[in-house]
Amino acid sequence: MSNITYHYADGTEKTVEVADGVSVMRAALSEGVPGIIGECGGQAMCATCHVLVRPEYLDALPPVSEDEDEMLDCTAVPRDDERSRLGCQIHVGAELPHIDVDVPERQR
Amino acid sequence: MNAAHIDGDNADVVIIGSGHAGVQVAISLREEGYAGGIVVVGDELAEPYNRPSLSKEHLAATDSSEPQPLTPKGQLASLGVRVLLGVAVESLDLDGHSVTLSSGEQLAWGELVLATGASHRVLPLDGAELSNAFYLRTLAHADALRAALADAKRVVVVGAGFIALEFAAVARARDLEVTVIAPDRALARAVSAPLSEYVERVHRELGSELLLDRGVEGFEHDGTRVTAVVDSTGVRHEADLVVIGIGAIPRTDLAQNAGLEVSDGILVGPDLRTSHPHVWAVGDCARMRIAGAHGEEGTSVRLESVQNAVGQAQHAAAIIAGSERGDYADVPWFWSHQGPLRLQMAGLAYQADEFVIPGDVDSGKFSVFCFRQGELVAVESVNKPADHMAARVALRDRGGDIHPDTVREPGFTLKGWLAEHPA
Repeated sequence: MSNITYHYADGTEKTVEVADGVSVMRAALSEGVPGIIGECGGQAMCATCHVLVRPEYLDALPPVSEDEDEMLDCTAVPRDDERSRLGCQIHVGAELPHIDVDVPERQR
Repeated sequence: MNAAHIDGDNADVVIIGSGHAGVQVAISLREEGYAGGIVVVGDELAEPYNRPSLSKEHLAATDSSEPQPLTPKGQLASLGVRVLLGVAVESLDLDGHSVTLSSGEQLAWGELVLATGASHRVLPLDGAELSNAFYLRTLAHADALRAALADAKRVVVVGAGFIALEFAAVARARDLEVTVIAPDRALARAVSAPLSEYVERVHRELGSELLLDRGVEGFEHDGTRVTAVVDSTGVRHEADLVVIGIGAIPRTDLAQNAGLEVSDGILVGPDLRTSHPHVWAVGDCARMRIAGAHGEEGTSVRLESVQNAVGQAQHAAAIIAGSERGDYADVPWFWSHQGPLRLQMAGLAYQADEFVIPGDVDSGKFSVFCFRQGELVAVESVNKPADHMAARVALRDRGGDIHPDTVREPGFTLKGWLAEHPA
């Protein structure tokens, strides 16, 4: 099992425990975490699962693909060049047993 | 929101349908500050789920994973929305402002939203109902098909629309033999001919056999299972699994029986109101009248897409909650994922009479720019999300400023053009 902590602009946070291999997008929907939509089902095609990864986890993430990069240019809350990722492209597990992300105020 | 105002038994808004459109109406009503009662009635038993992934990730999963929830678990309850699942609506009483449920319960409403969606078009052939012939519209369909895929080797796909070809790609990824039979080019109803041609080429390269000049004549079967599909040229195709993806039919029976105007969809105005002032229709089931442009006669359009379902739901909810809104006029967009093809379409290509493809099709990353009388009306992107996202802006604000020659300029990119030509 792995943990994901979602942080909100108002200072609140929510931590969930999920099976290894689950994405940050899917974990939010399955565990009742607000603020993430995931309209396209996890194909990096809608940019409605935008999260800002806390800096200490950035090195552990897989690189941003060309498709993800182009979609990140189109997020509802403008992209942060360092920290923005699509939640559907980040999977927790052995390599990433915990991650902290900030949830933007809007997804579309 | 004042919880004391929420009384599910005397709901102010009753929403029929628990898909993308229906659920979005409920969420948007609360976002717009609506504090009255809200009931969502859905005839599927499953908690609301993400439908597009049924023919993609959910189908491709080799375990028995759950569908992707449509909203964060518990969200509707926390918004004070009463959700009745596995409950059909028997009838609508428009004069009496009530609906009768299959449970016998009656719900009163002040405003009624029909978000009944569409159901799969049935192939009227002997054998289409047998145990190894599948449609793919609901979670129950997807789960049954996914289970059957484990033992399948030889698949015939009837139809060449989005669902049919998304399935074909999933089947090829599992190394099944795939034959696709349809009477017209791939995705004919939804995309331009140049895009169809490319999509067909990719599916053939993936190893599917595409027979796009014929229909299906009949099924050979042993009484329980289809054993072969006979096409309209008389050729027989052995199959141990058949998927029928020949489109969807809007679910209009309730509306029609209640006397609302219906014509291949529940007719609504640009404010999404039906022929009854307190009854609304949104999403796949709704056919919206649109005024004609350039002196042309008005027309109507019914779209089957998540974006249309969500956009119409937000619009109708805002009006119901008391916001001033003009006509619903969002640029339509939709997407599909088929093996290496990530297709994103903005606008409606069927209106177009001229097509320009800047760049190199063989790169596998390009967009088809679709024009009608010299004005940009749609952009279809293959593995090119930057074009798609720019197209959604361009079609909303600048379609009339972008012409075939604009796109033919060396080095043209839509994103670059928008940056250099602010409105």
